[in-house]
Amino acid sequence: MELIGERINGMFKDIREAILQKDPKPIEYWARRQTEKSAHWLDINTGPAVSVEDQPAVMEWLVQTAQSVSPLPCCLDSTVLGAIEAGLKVHRGQAIINSTSADQRKMDIYFPMAIKYNAKLIGLAMNEQGVPKDASSRVALAMELVVNADAHGLPMEDLYIDPLALPANVAQDHGAEVVEAIRQIKMLADPAPKTTLGLSNVSQRCAERRLLNRTFMVMCMAVGLDSAIVDMEDDLLIKAAAAARVLLNKDIYCDAFLKTFRQR
Amino acid sequence: MAGTIIKERWTGKVLEMVIGRGPSAIKVGGDGTLPFLHYEGKMPNRPAVALEVWDVEPEDWPEMVTGPFAGVLGDPVAWAGKCVEMGADLVCLRLAGTHPDNQDATPEGAAATAKAVAEAVNVPLIVTGCGIEEKDAVTLPVVGEALSGKGVLLGCATANNYKIITTACKEHGHNIIASTPLDINLAKQLNILINEMDLPLNRIAMDPLVGALGYGIEYAYSIMERSRLGALTGDKMLAIPVICFAGQETWKTKEAKTKDNEEWGTQDRRAILWEAAAAAVFAQAGGAIMVLRHPESLKQYKKHISALMKPQVY
Repeated sequence: MELIGERINGMFKDIREAILQKDPKPIEYWARRQTEKSAHWLDINTGPAVSVEDQPAVMEWLVQTAQSVSPLPCCLDSTVLGAIEAGLKVHRGQAIINSTSADQRKMDIYFPMAIKYNAKLIGLAMNEQGVPKDASSRVALAMELVVNADAHGLPMEDLYIDPLALPANVAQDHGAEVVEAIRQIKMLADPAPKTTLGLSNVSQRCAERRLLNRTFMVMCMAVGLDSAIVDMEDDLLIKAAAAARVLLNKDIYCDAFLKTFRQR
Repeated sequence: MAGTIIKERWTGKVLEMVIGRGPSAIKVGGDGTLPFLHYEGKMPNRPAVALEVWDVEPEDWPEMVTGPFAGVLGDPVAWAGKCVEMGADLVCLRLAGTHPDNQDATPEGAAATAKAVAEAVNVPLIVTGCGIEEKDAVTLPVVGEALSGKGVLLGCATANNYKIITTACKEHGHNIIASTPLDINLAKQLNILINEMDLPLNRIAMDPLVGALGYGIEYAYSIMERSRLGALTGDKMLAIPVICFAGQETWKTKEAKTKDNEEWGTQDRRAILWEAAAAAVFAQAGGAIMVLRHPESLKQYKKHISALMKPQVY
């Protein structure tokens, strides 16, 4: 299970303030902290407080600041093309581009970009018409992403398809559809594309957020979830991921399985 | 019609271990593929093969396997020299004489024997105790000290005595054999425990306590195969070379011990095949170090794996 630490995101107040004040300390703190907590990637998102014109420079600064204290690669999370490219230019290691939708216009930009920078790419199973209602519409869009990976020459294991989880309190019917979509996405190609989720979305503005996150992650892992953008502060979430890997026969059991999972 | 060979792409590889020091040192492990699938990944080192030498004259070995060593049994230095002449890559000195039911030799006596053998031969050494955990915990640290800096492979450490043997290996620059009874979960855990004592993973060899052909060899095969698949998919705690004591198991079987008879044919052909075939199976399962007893099995096994080491062209 590949874990992408969600914390360096302008949606969080301390990060928004850090960006506005150009204060590297909170960025460095969360880069270090999530590295210690055994994340595999650091998600980097400038958040809504930054104007579109300023986003490339802010992304560049965030990536450099985070990588100055952490050996981890980043997941460059923005809807602004220029911000993604600015991040890629200064990034060390194999980045993840987060993300393209399944619109042909966007895929024709992001797939070549991923190849040019030797990056992985998150493809959202949605298009201009929005998030699909059911599993089969998600899978149809996932297929568009798979076909484009093949056509553009992106290795299938570098494509991470996100079937989009929605909050349980406003879109309860989507949960089971996402689970089914992941199961089917893993059968679209051989080798299969990878799958990912913005996990914390499922519990936005809900009670018992962490319990919902953990439960949903394990349900999705059982049908083929390979990675997720997660709250690395939730130790029980990480432990649940380690336990699920063992129970799914993905990691060979040993008494120290929690520890070995964190050792990457 | 031209076809494309489907190839697995692995993310992990087995660590490479160095046994011995200086020009005679050898490397084992390092595989980035399932055994002998050279078109899928690198297998940089031919599996190594050792012949067993005892510090005392073995009483329960069939005549067929003591025969080639007539005159040197009971003289471990001469015996080891003969093994090298016969083509062994390493000598595996078993300190059977330290067994309380054998001669109950002292650690110091065993250490003197080990040192004499190490100085007499120009191949790296594997040194194993008598197999009684308490006694090995006393013997092996003294032996380790006597062989300090020679980089031998010392064992066998179990869940009950690994601490003291790990400390000896760490202090005196040796590699360790981690032994667990045909159980992948226990094997992984023991590797972790040894590694947590700061002995690097590339100084551990796993001994899964394999059985002989016809005596549960398939269990050993599946455990070794599974641990190799784990290693290739990134499980660092299993990315460790495997040692197989195929000789000691083979020469306990009735198929190897029974003399010529009408139904089973001649013993020399049958017994040699029994040992060489077991070794070949373990090599296919990923065994990096094979410990055998009979020089003819060694010869046949080496010929077999040399052929397997030729790259396939696809």
